Amino acid sequence: MHLDKSEEAALAGERGDVMQMAYRILVATGEATDAERLVPVKWVHLSGVNYNTIGDAGEGFLRSIRDRARVKVRTTLNPMGFDSDSVDAYGLSEEFIRMQESIRRSYEMMGVTTSFSCVPYDIFEMPEPGSQVAFAESNAAIHANSLDGLKTNKESAFSALASALTGKSPYSAFRGDVSPDTAIKMTIDEPTDLDWGMLGFFAGKVAGGSAAISGPPPSDRRSCKAICGGMGTSGTCAKFTFGEAPAGCERVQFDRTEADRILEDLGTAERGDLIVLGSPQLGAGELAELAGMLRGRRFKKECMIFCPRTAKEQAAASGVAGVLERAGCRLLADCCACLTPLISRDSTDSVTTNSIKGAYYLGRSNGVGVELKPLAGIIRDETR
Amino acid sequence: MKVLVRGRARGPALISSKPINFLGMVDKETGVVGDPSHDLHGKSLAGSVLVFPHGAGSSVGAYTIYSIKAHGSAPSAMICERADLTVATGCATADIPLVVVPPGETARLGDGQMITVDTDSETITAG
Repeated sequence: MHLDKSEEAALAGERGDVMQMAYRILVATGEATDAERLVPVKWVHLSGVNYNTIGDAGEGFLRSIRDRARVKVRTTLNPMGFDSDSVDAYGLSEEFIRMQESIRRSYEMMGVTTSFSCVPYDIFEMPEPGSQVAFAESNAAIHANSLDGLKTNKESAFSALASALTGKSPYSAFRGDVSPDTAIKMTIDEPTDLDWGMLGFFAGKVAGGSAAISGPPPSDRRSCKAICGGMGTSGTCAKFTFGEAPAGCERVQFDRTEADRILEDLGTAERGDLIVLGSPQLGAGELAELAGMLRGRRFKKECMIFCPRTAKEQAAASGVAGVLERAGCRLLADCCACLTPLISRDSTDSVTTNSIKGAYYLGRSNGVGVELKPLAGIIRDETR
Repeated sequence: MKVLVRGRARGPALISSKPINFLGMVDKETGVVGDPSHDLHGKSLAGSVLVFPHGAGSSVGAYTIYSIKAHGSAPSAMICERADLTVATGCATADIPLVVVPPGETARLGDGQMITVDTDSETITAG
């Protein structure tokens, strides 16, 4: 990979040890992905925030650089482990809270916008189409490439941090023009949000880099996000398009049989002790829509809703939060169902969710059973 | 040879035929491989030139590589057959020289043999 003079100087340590490390990461990533040079990025979205995922090693790493590290471009970040408004309600250890707060502090000191959200596309204005960005959250990277006209690889926590500190990223793969390698024929009639999530999960497994999905796109935001979440969970595929696939694509069909196979794999329970919505987090629009669906109804069990803080605040101001709370929901900001420490096998056998991404991580990492249903089915069966 | 992280380092070769999942298999303080099914089980990575096919598992394993370096338990260099982003970013963060070579090139190395990796001359020399 070619570096210009100032990049070589930074790699040699002339701008301090943190910049040297950042360029080492960019060079290692660039060489591993056959990039020829670095390009500027307009926006970086970091992963590596939740203490549940990065642990002591991650906390220690961030603490060791935070005095000397400053981000160069707009930088947002993924959810952390809990909502400070209700941190006492879930029996988290003092140790967990202390370590999570240290991670928060480290990112604040580096100048990161502490959005604690996996749906930056729901809460920030998008740069103009064609812009290079660096998103480490898989569903956000897929959303950026597929629905926002932006260009990003599925960055690692480290390459994204290095991009935040330098404002640059290796020019490889999805930074150029990528055409679909796999065409997926969607044969399910009137697909639900859950069906779209499963299609995303299926596409992530069968497509190498980019999938072309036949037929019209889903009209609702919830289903679009479900595709992104499902796809990011299962593989390396980082982009999808709707419509005709170019010649030369691998051709596969996504039908009810394939969907049932995924349901059998990830849907491990017949009922849930609680309902979990979010993963990806619900945006303000989805909260308002849900409040409309729930009018006059009430959940028979607790319903946890994960959302960005701005969406929670907007819902509080508009009265949507009140409607949801009266319907038995609890709004949780700054965290998400994916790798959450708030749901544990000690107190929960199983959950009900419409999220494929949530189902995957709640099952694999939290070890709880998962009942999968579309949102409309959850409301039909779990409210009165 | 492809250089992912530059540098020069010397140490006894520690050779594995299996991929390494740093997050699940390696103690983040001692650098000892804890997985009983792995051919390096019970061995310490500290100071070695670690020769293995490629990394596996969660990208969070890169923090483990940083952690063992901070605890003085990291390999002095790594040689892989295939570039993967977890090992690449972990070695870059921890400043551990990392090169990728074709599989045949490591066959001549003996386990425990002192070797030197030098990315400037792009050489791996024994003795």
